[in-house]
Amino acid sequence: MSSPLLAVSELTKRYRRGGQTIAAVDGISFHIEPAETLALAGPSGSGKSTIARLLLRLIEPDAGHIEFEGGDFLSLNGAALRARRARLQMVFQDPLAAFNPRATVARVLGDPLRVHGIASRRERPRRIAALLERVGLSADLATRAIHEISGGQRQRIAIARAIATKPSLVVLDEAVSALDVSVRGQILQLLLDLQREERIAYLFISHDLGVISAIAHRIAILDAGRIAESGDARAVIDAPQSAIGKALVAATPKLTRTSMHDAS
Amino acid sequence: MNPLRRFLGTPEAVAGAIILIALFAMALTAPLIFPGDPQAIAGPALLPPFQDWLLPLGTDRLGRDVTAELFHGARTSLAVGLAAAAAALVIGAVVGTLAGFAGGLVDEVLMRVTDAFQTVPSFLLALAFVSIVGPSLGVVVAAIALGAWTGPARVARAEVLSIRERDFVASARVIGMHPLEIAFREVLPNALPPVLALSSVIVAAAILTEAALSFLGLGDPNRVTWGGMIAEGRAVLRTAPFLSIVPGIALVLTVLGVYLAGEGVVETTAVRRSLS
Amino acid sequence: MTVLLSVRDLTVTYRRDGSEVAALKHISIDVAAGERVAIIGESGSGKSTLALAIAGLLPQSSRIEGRIDWPGRNHAPIGGRDIGFVFQDPSASLDPVMAVGKQIAEVAHTHLGLGWSAAYAKAKTLLERVRLPDPDVALRAYPHQLSGGQKQRVAIAAAIAAGPKLLIADEATSALDTIVQAEIAALIRQLVAEDGMTLLFVSHDIALAAELAERIAVFRHGDLVEIGTTAQVVNTPRNAYTRALLDAHLGLDAGPMPWRTGTPA
Repeated sequence: MSSPLLAVSELTKRYRRGGQTIAAVDGISFHIEPAETLALAGPSGSGKSTIARLLLRLIEPDAGHIEFEGGDFLSLNGAALRARRARLQMVFQDPLAAFNPRATVARVLGDPLRVHGIASRRERPRRIAALLERVGLSADLATRAIHEISGGQRQRIAIARAIATKPSLVVLDEAVSALDVSVRGQILQLLLDLQREERIAYLFISHDLGVISAIAHRIAILDAGRIAESGDARAVIDAPQSAIGKALVAATPKLTRTSMHDAS
Repeated sequence: MNPLRRFLGTPEAVAGAIILIALFAMALTAPLIFPGDPQAIAGPALLPPFQDWLLPLGTDRLGRDVTAELFHGARTSLAVGLAAAAAALVIGAVVGTLAGFAGGLVDEVLMRVTDAFQTVPSFLLALAFVSIVGPSLGVVVAAIALGAWTGPARVARAEVLSIRERDFVASARVIGMHPLEIAFREVLPNALPPVLALSSVIVAAAILTEAALSFLGLGDPNRVTWGGMIAEGRAVLRTAPFLSIVPGIALVLTVLGVYLAGEGVVETTAVRRSLS
Repeated sequence: MTVLLSVRDLTVTYRRDGSEVAALKHISIDVAAGERVAIIGESGSGKSTLALAIAGLLPQSSRIEGRIDWPGRNHAPIGGRDIGFVFQDPSASLDPVMAVGKQIAEVAHTHLGLGWSAAYAKAKTLLERVRLPDPDVALRAYPHQLSGGQKQRVAIAAAIAAGPKLLIADEATSALDTIVQAEIAALIRQLVAEDGMTLLFVSHDIALAAELAERIAVFRHGDLVEIGTTAQVVNTPRNAYTRALLDAHLGLDAGPMPWRTGTPA
């Protein structure tokens, strides 16, 4: 009846390096439904981040199609592409690098509102305060510089900026990997709350199967630019079929805790 | 520690700042201390310095007050130096940012134009420009800027090339910001520090170029300039060398002051960078 | 049990923009010869400061109070010879314009007094020990020609080249992906066992630390909040923060977070 939110088919990106052509992304196809989380896992160099950049049109593919919200996303250009970007957002791994070093919180959150004409200049401070509250931060933070706030707060700001334009899909590129574990849980919970309340779909890129099993519905495991296996996240992590899937599961550190009373 | 205190902690920076403050004071107070036309005759011709308290630095061939000329000349030197450097930095930063950010054909064209300007000696360029358009303050400023913008353009481009690969530029694209806004609001401000580090060199060079143009008679004829004063004194160099030496010393001190203060600023910001 | 290293009442203060920040506060810890100790904590916990202090690598501007003693040796240990140090970022610790063979041979030449040909032979043996695919080729390779995991193997080879008694790995696997991380962790475990080295494994990852170490020390805001055997810390943590760290760990069995259930409508 309805087409998926995002349908990627035969996406390919090649790089030339030292006279050789290497396919960083080699004919990849996948789809994401509304309010769903698809995880992309795989070792470094498997093409995870390249896929993120291709989806966001930060780099252009050599072949393939991207259909987003029922339209051909790759045919958009200029103003039409910029307008469409409101619906497809991204959160980067390093929250410090993802912001202009001179920016304040208010400017970072005000930019998308201004660029997409969502809020007038007069209305903006109120909308910024609402966004800050939405991601669990105090509205007083608006006047602070980005470099003055903590890493966890910065990643909340990055999420607030991504949801400012009411997107239907947010690409999270290792978005919790640089965070302390105690902060990581809160950010994951925030992402889940936003997904439930605003029906946002996530493409969750991570090398950490533990985090993926906590947040993702489905998983695709990449190896050398191809999807080695994909399916229900729980099922794949419990019983991986591909060699790379097995290696990833085996390599993940396991914390075996016996319950309190049977330890001496 | 605040940047001002750190700046004042370096002796050369303090020396440079003192010279520049004195110079600005001279330029600003010139119309108050020496009202009227500094080129008017004020006393007997060729009066040596330190003879008359009212004419402490003596008079020139026509009996004009050297002190008044020196003060008014500071106005011209500073105005031309700062305006030309500002123009060169603005042109250079804009050209460099566009070239580095746009890449491709735009980059290629802009950088070949930069090459073309850089291959012609900048003084020759200024000389030719003023000879064709005719000497006036604005033309002199433009002529000097014409030869000085290429350095800032190259530095800005190199900086922009590395900044445009950073995540915050990607995230500006992701939120749908217009490329020109990204270039000038996100990228350019972050590319400026190394470009501004060139400013002391450019200001000093601009002041010297202005003096040289005036020396050759291509300065604004309605204004007193140090270069013009040196040229004036040349005819009587044997009998009244002070006429060339006094503005010469002023020129040397000014350039020295600009360099020292500029060096101090660079040092201060460098320390702050290494701390953060 | 012979004590290799004894830290007593160690306080380290960094000076930054005029104000002083205590990175470590009155830390006392003993490390026995041949044991594997993990130092874990989050950012700002002081875990790396402790590693740097023990290796004598703290910046000049820091103020160090307290004692670090090495019972059983009559001189202070020499970095590179008595202590091998592996940093998080191998690209930063390797010289980009020197062949990796020379970088390793230099350690052997400097600290073991070997001639250059003997030092190169030693370097080749070491590259075999850290299991680089083709040691002869690797000897002449430059760091940029190697992958992140291979660079870290080279950095480990250089760290153990002089046969140190103590190996300090400061977040040595954090910049690597899961699979390479597991390989490097296994390599460190094997080398430590073969050479009878003492290991200080600094990490933010309590699960990885538990797999590698016999004892775990938990740091927070410059304080040592808990230290004990791995089993004791993991199974019966005494400190609330340690419990919180363990609870925040997301293993493969993490399961959906509180309300993430079912498939989307």
